[in-house]
Amino acid sequence: MTLLVLADHDGQRLDPASRSVLSAARQIGGDIHLLVAGSGVEAVAREGAACAGVSQVLWADAPHLRDREAANLAAQVLALAPAYTHILAPASSCGRDCMPRVAAQLDVEQISGIVAVHGPDTFTRPIYAGNVLATVQSRDPVKVITVRCPAFPPVGEGGAAPVEAIPAVPDLGLSRVLERRLDDSGRPDLGRARVVVSGGRGLGSRENFQALLQPLAQRLGAALGATRAAVDAGYAPNDWQVGQTGRIVAPELYLAIGLSGAIQHLAGMSDARVIVAINKDPEAPIFQVADYGLVADLNQALPELLAALG
Amino acid sequence: MKVLVPVKRVVDYNIRVRVKADGSAVDLADLRMSLNPFDEIALEAALRLKEGGLAGEVLAVSCGPAACQETLRTALAMGADRALLVETDVELQPLAVARVLHAVCAREAPGLVLCGKQAIDDDAGQTGQMLAALLGWPQATCVSELQLVEGRIRATREIDGGQEILETRLPAVVTADLRLNEPRYTSLPNIIKARKKPLDSTCPAALGVAVAPRLQILGVSEPARRRAGVKVQDVAELLEKLRQEAGVLQ
Ligand SMILES: Cc1cc2nc3c(=O)[nH]c(=O)nc-3n(C[C@H](O)[C@H](O)[C@H](O)COP(=O)(O)OP(=O)(O)OC[C@H]3O[C@@H](n4cnc5c(N)ncnc54)[C@H](O)[C@@H]3O)c2cc1C
Ligand SMILES: Nc1ncnc2c1ncn2[C@@H]1O[C@H](COP(=O)(O)O)[C@@H](O)[C@H]1O
Repeated sequence: MTLLVLADHDGQRLDPASRSVLSAARQIGGDIHLLVAGSGVEAVAREGAACAGVSQVLWADAPHLRDREAANLAAQVLALAPAYTHILAPASSCGRDCMPRVAAQLDVEQISGIVAVHGPDTFTRPIYAGNVLATVQSRDPVKVITVRCPAFPPVGEGGAAPVEAIPAVPDLGLSRVLERRLDDSGRPDLGRARVVVSGGRGLGSRENFQALLQPLAQRLGAALGATRAAVDAGYAPNDWQVGQTGRIVAPELYLAIGLSGAIQHLAGMSDARVIVAINKDPEAPIFQVADYGLVADLNQALPELLAALG
Repeated sequence: MKVLVPVKRVVDYNIRVRVKADGSAVDLADLRMSLNPFDEIALEAALRLKEGGLAGEVLAVSCGPAACQETLRTALAMGADRALLVETDVELQPLAVARVLHAVCAREAPGLVLCGKQAIDDDAGQTGQMLAALLGWPQATCVSELQLVEGRIRATREIDGGQEILETRLPAVVTADLRLNEPRYTSLPNIIKARKKPLDSTCPAALGVAVAPRLQILGVSEPARRRAGVKVQDVAELLEKLRQEAGVLQ
């Protein structure tokens, strides 16, 4: 078996999510090749070569691969596909965008968002907003897989794989990225933060998100999260949304503040190690999953919490 | 320009499903079903394009059992002009749906396919991209703002860590995210009118598409439920527990 892992990166660094994908690949077993496609990404390729378990890095460099647009990226993967039994990518926006195109062109079903590996063709994936775990076996000749990264511990260093420059596929010219607006707050990314502070509609305003949640996140070195209701109300940006249709997180500590705990929200954070809920309604469903619950008005509790943390 | 909107019949989003006692499948008996929320948003977007004079006919397509007619009637009541059921009792997986839709596109020649970013039952999030690949079309997924400018699509996409503005050629496949719009309610007169709108049906075999599942579900289970922990009295007790008991804070 030879496995191909499509690396996620921002042009400068390998995304830690890719280390989790490598970890899933190691559980499947076999020779692991890492594809680093982008523009000016030799440093990323070198970083990938040092990851434990990687036996070969394939480096495709071209201006039209810079934005990792789905059609071009899928074409790059497809150019290599015949040599592989498994093709994996993180279930990130990039992986989710590109990999189904790869699967369709190989005429195989994709196995989306796996959380466990049982063998080379058998995997577990959550369905119904994480309320059900399905164990599925693929009969397709090639397994195209996206991986839910919080479910696999990232691999460390220790590899010394050769880096081979490979030709980039031609530009399909189907679409182009005009602009990308990324969070540059310097806070840890939601997907890999050790602590996440999430707010819901109970925060009441954008100002409160800033005045009450930001300093707490700052103090704890936490990423900020939000419910869909809070995002829809304009209290928080869309990329903070945690849940079935937002980000899936599994931090050490998740603080759920002024949010009710709808199933779609729980789908994104139930795997946190410790959950704290602060809500003024003692019947709020979030208390059903919280390890520590504080029934309180957040407008009082948060300043107190901040003061007590010092 | 004709717009094709694939709509899926799914368990209503308010319902927490259970697995059958033998762990073979999810128990779907007698559950309330609805139009997949993201597909409602996709349909709303198609209707707005039409109302803005940027699109012509809006065709809703559903693949699945006869009961999907109900879903299609809802789509017609919202404002779709026409509906097509691709009827089968076989469990359809995303590639099978994409291949069926590909065959429908060959017949209908839409200029745009607007689908949901994910079905809330299988949470696969891949059918639209697969269809785009089969058609050789560009795609814009997880779209929260959509414009048609000079025969091109300009879409704002929700991506990890922010947003992206993508421009694609037409024809294209667009998948709708939650914030693209708020779907309209269907009024009673429109529900009545929808009964007279054309709802055709065909089947995968008639389209020349084999739909047998490729992924075998070996079993389903419910994840270990978290149990409610303790209620603390105040902030001081909370911090004490987090430090001493849980060891997650210094
Ligand atoms: C298809 C679909 C997908 C969805 N995907 C997601 C998703 O990915 N993520 C997500 O989060 N949601 C998602 N939702 C929405 C979800 O169903 C809920 O509507 C949403 O999570 C509710 O957000 P909330 O808890 O902030 O708001 P509410 O349910 O309104 O809860 C607010 C809470 O704040 C508490 N509160 C109010 N004031 C105070 C105060 N002063 N002090 C303390 N507590 C206070 C209240 O007691 C209440 O419990 C989705 C819905 C659909 C239909
Ligand atoms: N059986 C179906 N019939 C019609 N459309 C479907 C069907 N399954 C999936 N789709 C469309 O594809 C989108 C993504 O579904 P999925 O890839 O299953 O998450 C949905 O939001 C629908 O627009």
